[in-house]
Amino acid sequence: MKALLAATPKRALFLMAVLAGVLLALPAFANAYILSVAILILYFAYLGQAWNVMMGFCGQLSLGHSLYVGIGAYVSAALFVHFGIAPWIGIWASILACMAAGAAIGVLAFRFGIGGVYFALLTIAFAEFTRIGFDHLDWVGGSGGFFLPVAQREINDVLALRGSPAMFYYVMLALTVAAFAFCTWLLRTRIGYYWQAIREDPDAAQALGINTFRYKMLAVIISAGMSSLSGVFFAFYYNNLFPEQIFNMSRSIEIILGPIIGGTGTLFGPILGAVVLTVLADGITELMAAFGWEIPGVKQVFYGTCMLVVIVFLPNGIWPTLARRLGLERREGGPHG
Amino acid sequence: MPLELVANVTLAGLLTGLVYGLMALGLSVIFGVVRVVNFAHGEMMTIAMYAAVVLFAAFRLDPFVALIPVAAAFFVFGYALQAGLINPFITRPEHTQFMLVLAVAIIMVNALLMAFGPDARNVPVDYALESFSIGPLLLDTVRVYAALAAVAIAGGLFLFFKFTPSGRAIRACADNYLGAKVVGLNVKKYYALTFGLGSACVGAAGCLMVLLVDVTPLLGPGYTLLAFIIVIVGGLGSMPGALLGGVLIGISEALAGLFFSPSAKSMFSFALLILVLLFRPQGLLGKRP
Repeated sequence: MKALLAATPKRALFLMAVLAGVLLALPAFANAYILSVAILILYFAYLGQAWNVMMGFCGQLSLGHSLYVGIGAYVSAALFVHFGIAPWIGIWASILACMAAGAAIGVLAFRFGIGGVYFALLTIAFAEFTRIGFDHLDWVGGSGGFFLPVAQREINDVLALRGSPAMFYYVMLALTVAAFAFCTWLLRTRIGYYWQAIREDPDAAQALGINTFRYKMLAVIISAGMSSLSGVFFAFYYNNLFPEQIFNMSRSIEIILGPIIGGTGTLFGPILGAVVLTVLADGITELMAAFGWEIPGVKQVFYGTCMLVVIVFLPNGIWPTLARRLGLERREGGPHG
Repeated sequence: MPLELVANVTLAGLLTGLVYGLMALGLSVIFGVVRVVNFAHGEMMTIAMYAAVVLFAAFRLDPFVALIPVAAAFFVFGYALQAGLINPFITRPEHTQFMLVLAVAIIMVNALLMAFGPDARNVPVDYALESFSIGPLLLDTVRVYAALAAVAIAGGLFLFFKFTPSGRAIRACADNYLGAKVVGLNVKKYYALTFGLGSACVGAAGCLMVLLVDVTPLLGPGYTLLAFIIVIVGGLGSMPGALLGGVLIGISEALAGLFFSPSAKSMFSFALLILVLLFRPQGLLGKRP
């Protein structure tokens, strides 16, 4: 930790302290709308971080991360609704279920040597398969949706995930910070270095004696487990689940947009990407409403255009460029700031 | 369940599957040669379907005729897309290319949504309800014609790749990028040509498909996935494989709709994909890499 602080420029530490202060104090002065946007940003920042473990660190492209969000959400919600099991217990079942799903996909793909685009398609196939399955699973409401009883929001009860939006904000903030710290730590462990070796050149990594199968599995399982938490959060924050929404491929795309726009493989990229995209999307919605343009699709066209511009002109994402401009890069070098 | 019904549904699935096959052929050609994941394939398909709708509404142009200008326009569009946008990206990592094409796809879907709204459109041709009857079997006229047209176009493309100098050059680029460069082929030009041809296929397939189903802007991503499934099931880079994959998926969709529910039909396609990926990853007619 000391070494980490010493290697980080003073300016970066100062900016992070200011950011932490603003984030902690936000519910005190923000209105309900700003708070809901902040929660959404943190939600995508967290999920982006989880996805980044697989793609950014280990180089395994998943286009079906909505699978883990959906399973995490449905498992905890079903345990709560059908058996009255509180989310702080149900969350463990969610994590286990998602890790099992991730492990199943990992074993199938890596044992049979499915990589690259094929692996990405396999992840989509599993997510879509599960979506249609849940559409026909009447125990959790099928395609008609699954609804959690909405309790009074006067008492904040973190263990039951019942309370005011401010409580949900702090829960999501804590998750995001924890994920950030966890990923920072992971990158500095042996596992992190093995992952980066696999990402850069799987054959060379294997030749060096790294058990690529084991470490790729580990990346998928950790990423799936992390994603499941955001699913639990989603279920208890929104109180309704529809397979069509939560497992949808466009959800998976939303998850990966943040880290890619922000900078794949970096620690701040997913967070920055989530901020940029969410603010942009909500800003456009507000702007459209202000002008009275209620044409469906305008927002997404703008969104897609922004994405195109970033990809063409900033292929490594916004964060690496921004960090260099602001002089926030770590002194020892390396792209992982 | 009466046997005639099952036979009829299977046959209809087979005919629809051939149109799917033509769509997937476009993807297979692009993916097989340029190695870029065209994630806008289904979106291009829906654009072609709307083009057919508009041409019919404006000039009463039969989709079988509209197919020619639409395919030509798609060729130009595909060529420009590859030459202008994707060629600079061919040496970039896969996920970057993917995001690039995805951005194009998002713009396409929502531009259609802006232009046409979310309601379903169709092409009400006069012969829409006619059918051939062969013994106990009843075949929709449009379905038969659409399938025949799809096979004819696929056959034409096959002959082009097999026998023309450009076709041979494209196959060379697909086999060995560096080798093709060494013998002096302008690889980027042939990539653009390939993307144009693949786009023309999907343009033609869209004109045929609009005769069989109603079109909405949101069909796009579904068709993209479908095309990928077909290509992988049939075998990447195998032209007969794309048609075979299309037929298999068409039949599996039709039977799933009959025996279970139409909403579960893509579940069977995904199951088929997972099985093929696991037990024959090169696809049914693909060669081992």
